[in-house]
Amino acid sequence: MNDRIIFDDVSKFYGEVLGVNRVSLSLPPGITSLVGPNGSGKTTLMNLLTGLVQPTRGSISVLGMTTMDATEFFRAVGYCTQFDSFPKGVTGWDFVFDGLTLHGIGYEEATQLTKESLERVNLGEAAMRKVAGYSKGMRQKIRLAQAIAHRPRVLVLDEPLNGLDPMARAESLALFEELGRQGMHVLISSHILEEVDRISDRIVLMTGGYVVAEGNIHEVRQEVHEKPMQVLVRCDKPEMLASKMFAMNHCVEAKLHKDGGGVFVRTRDLDEFYRLLNEIAAEGEVKIDVVAPADDDANAIYQYLIGSDGGLS
Amino acid sequence: MRERLEEAKKWAARQPYRLWWVQLRAVVRLEAKRNVLAWRSLWIYFLGFIPVVIIGLHTIVDPAKASGMGEDTMVLAGIFQLYYIRLGIFFGCLGIFSRLIRGEMVERSLHYYLLAPVRREILLLGKFIAGCITALMIFESAVFLSFTLIYAHYGAAGQAFVMDGPGLGQLEAYMGITALACLGYGSIFMLLSMLFKNPTPAAMIFMGWEFINPILPSLLQKISIASYLRHLMPVSMPMHGVLALLTVVTEPVRPWAATMGVLVLTAVVVGISCYRMRKLEIRYTTE
Ligand SMILES: Nc1ncnc2c1ncn2[C@@H]1O[C@H](COP(=O)(O)OP(=O)(O)OP(=O)(O)O)[C@@H](O)[C@H]1O
Ligand SMILES: [Mg+2]
Repeated sequence: MNDRIIFDDVSKFYGEVLGVNRVSLSLPPGITSLVGPNGSGKTTLMNLLTGLVQPTRGSISVLGMTTMDATEFFRAVGYCTQFDSFPKGVTGWDFVFDGLTLHGIGYEEATQLTKESLERVNLGEAAMRKVAGYSKGMRQKIRLAQAIAHRPRVLVLDEPLNGLDPMARAESLALFEELGRQGMHVLISSHILEEVDRISDRIVLMTGGYVVAEGNIHEVRQEVHEKPMQVLVRCDKPEMLASKMFAMNHCVEAKLHKDGGGVFVRTRDLDEFYRLLNEIAAEGEVKIDVVAPADDDANAIYQYLIGSDGGLS
Repeated sequence: MRERLEEAKKWAARQPYRLWWVQLRAVVRLEAKRNVLAWRSLWIYFLGFIPVVIIGLHTIVDPAKASGMGEDTMVLAGIFQLYYIRLGIFFGCLGIFSRLIRGEMVERSLHYYLLAPVRREILLLGKFIAGCITALMIFESAVFLSFTLIYAHYGAAGQAFVMDGPGLGQLEAYMGITALACLGYGSIFMLLSMLFKNPTPAAMIFMGWEFINPILPSLLQKISIASYLRHLMPVSMPMHGVLALLTVVTEPVRPWAATMGVLVLTAVVVGISCYRMRKLEIRYTTE
């Protein structure tokens, strides 16, 4: 029995626009977090997994199944999307219950499962009210309840912590952890690494449609750490700066800007680079105007990582 | 070849028909619950019942039977052919059937269906059936009421016309045509709404196509709803001017052939819709 979620060289283009490119992943059960900035392809990857969009290239299989066999597939998979919308006029209860009736199960069982999942998300009395009157957090909860109601083996959650207060957030995280421990696949996406790193067995770091790093939190840090990053330094004596930078062994490359007013530095260790740059600036020999990341994606990723533990170490 | 056939048979025997049936009913029930008595369907009821109201008012303010029953039969034929078939059912079905898929894309709720463990063909079929139920409920009762009101006006004479004369047969024909019109237009608007973000322009072109259809080559006449329905009308009306287009006499088509024509056309269009449904992607942002 195949217990993995497998992306085999998957690409998705929306016309000309890149959604994700050449993604290959093989995920065992447990909690996997997809982390990346806006537009990095997290939702696209999840929509591909659940057949809401079709891959332009490559193939996907989930526990050995594909979405071609919808009946079998969606009994095993629950997906809480990023779309904060509902069928017109439903109550929380109906929303969860109606979904279950499509499984072809009886009234009693559907009632039982609905009750159970509503209890799990702690929605309480509000379940009987119309969803249209819910707060953002309540809507998030009811959508989560709908996704877990049929007890799926694979749970896909697109930014499930969005809009939740700290209490609800902690409750949700505890729920995900529990589900992960039970041997389920839980796939969570987030902008913020520190939000999910504690409960994740695995992190998939994405940017610009690419998977840039994958593994447990330490492996991911290491991987990003070793990826050279490019910074543009504008100064009055670029040649001198370049030669000083070249002397450092973390510096992979130093290239003059076309207009002669700056230098591109590619480095493996941004912290060390900034330290050195400050020294040079303090010496006063080179007057430094602007320092800017020339590599937005890599820098965004770097920001996540230093945001989470205060620096690469 | 024989092996292929054997394989197909085996495949067919393996399919979970019971489950499909249960799921189909669940989809129909859900759709009916959400759409039949919804406020946004109100204008369709309005569309259906305008003639009923007008006929009703007429019987109240004009009890003198100024016009004869023969003339009123013509009036009814006119209301049916010019209003119901060309406008009421046409736009009513446009409203009902284009919201099935496109409406849920606009409201961003279609993905809940696509993430359910239901084959997409079953989903589409369930939605189509629910649409048919809504359309039939509205227009069959509207046509029935129009008919009843017209002849109730004449008391015993009216009753005799319906029960002992050609009346009942005409009513049956109207009801049958209404059902065929709902199926045919419904399937086409469902498909158009899957092909276009805004199906209305396409529907207008289709309306034009239906209008000029009688003078097109007979092969093209097969791809039209109204041209089949024309052959089923129980009462023929003399028309003048452009409207004469509606009654251009072409090769006669037998009623069963015309009925089959609409049903086959509907089946083909629903089949194409099923294929589109399988390929459908959820991209609310750009849709
Ligand atoms: N329906 C669409 N049509 C065109 N381009 C799209 C569509 N959906 C996504 N994209 C593009 O694909 C890329 C990835 O988008 P995606 O929504 O997967 O990112 P994301 O990581 O989920 O972002 P966010 O954190 O904002 O939710 C983006 O460049 C986006 O513009
Ligand atoms: Mg997203």
